Amino acid sequence: MVQYCQTRFDVSFGALADATRRGVLEQLGRADASITALAEKFHMTLTGMKKHVGVLEQAGLVTTEKVGRVRTCKLGLRGLQEEAAWIERYRQLWGARFDELDKVVEELKLKEKVDGRKKTK
Amino acid sequence: MDERRQSEATPTKNRTAVERKSERELVVTRTVNGPARLVFEAWTKAELFRRWWVPKSYGLTLLSCEMDVRVGGRYRLVFSHQASTMEFFGTYREVTPHSRLVWTNEEGDNGETLTTVTFDENAGKTLLVVHDLYPSKEALDSGSTGAMPEALDQLDELLASLGPSSVTK
Repeated sequence: MVQYCQTRFDVSFGALADATRRGVLEQLGRADASITALAEKFHMTLTGMKKHVGVLEQAGLVTTEKVGRVRTCKLGLRGLQEEAAWIERYRQLWGARFDELDKVVEELKLKEKVDGRKKTK
Repeated sequence: MDERRQSEATPTKNRTAVERKSERELVVTRTVNGPARLVFEAWTKAELFRRWWVPKSYGLTLLSCEMDVRVGGRYRLVFSHQASTMEFFGTYREVTPHSRLVWTNEEGDNGETLTTVTFDENAGKTLLVVHDLYPSKEALDSGSTGAMPEALDQLDELLASLGPSSVTK
């Protein structure tokens, strides 16, 4: 099970390492879109976008469905949630740290201001 | 005159961003409302550092925090969590006051993680970039180095209690 998750993470993170692919995921998070529409949106050739979508599809982050001549892409929800949760946990850790750091820095600023006032008097 | 300054100091919450730059790199960025020299102080004085490095919500107790912040100097953090203790230790590789800190994480079995923190001041605020370079992508994925697995379990519980909607938005 652990091994299985590991491999999935590897593939998914590889897929997420590219800015365009992250953009595509973000876009699909708002609404499903055809490959043509995505290619236009990201100023790419159809072939280029097909490649990106292929990588995302392989990672289980996106599913596609061809209806007539149009291939529609949508988020592969389960995969995305796993990766997002991993990053989100890390972000939460640092977010919590930084919130405490803010308090420490506020205190230092205040102390400096008080000390500065003492010196000028 | 000073009253006016006080009212401006209302803390605004800045966004913490995390990005996986590559298989072995994780980058965290955050702006702190304060000049770089003070933010740097909070990263390099043990009595200040220990106040924020372990968030209160994690159920961890920092038993000791020793930091010899100079090139070649060592640090060691000891935590207790329920019945067990955990240690994190390493060496400072670069110390450039108010702008850059580099240290190693040496407690992992699979080699060292290198952490680089830069402090970039602009208009009284400091942009912090925390860059972790893991020895391998396996080390990053397993979170074995420096990611405090027990703490993350606790965080899971916390996140579960908050519900998914409040987390993602």
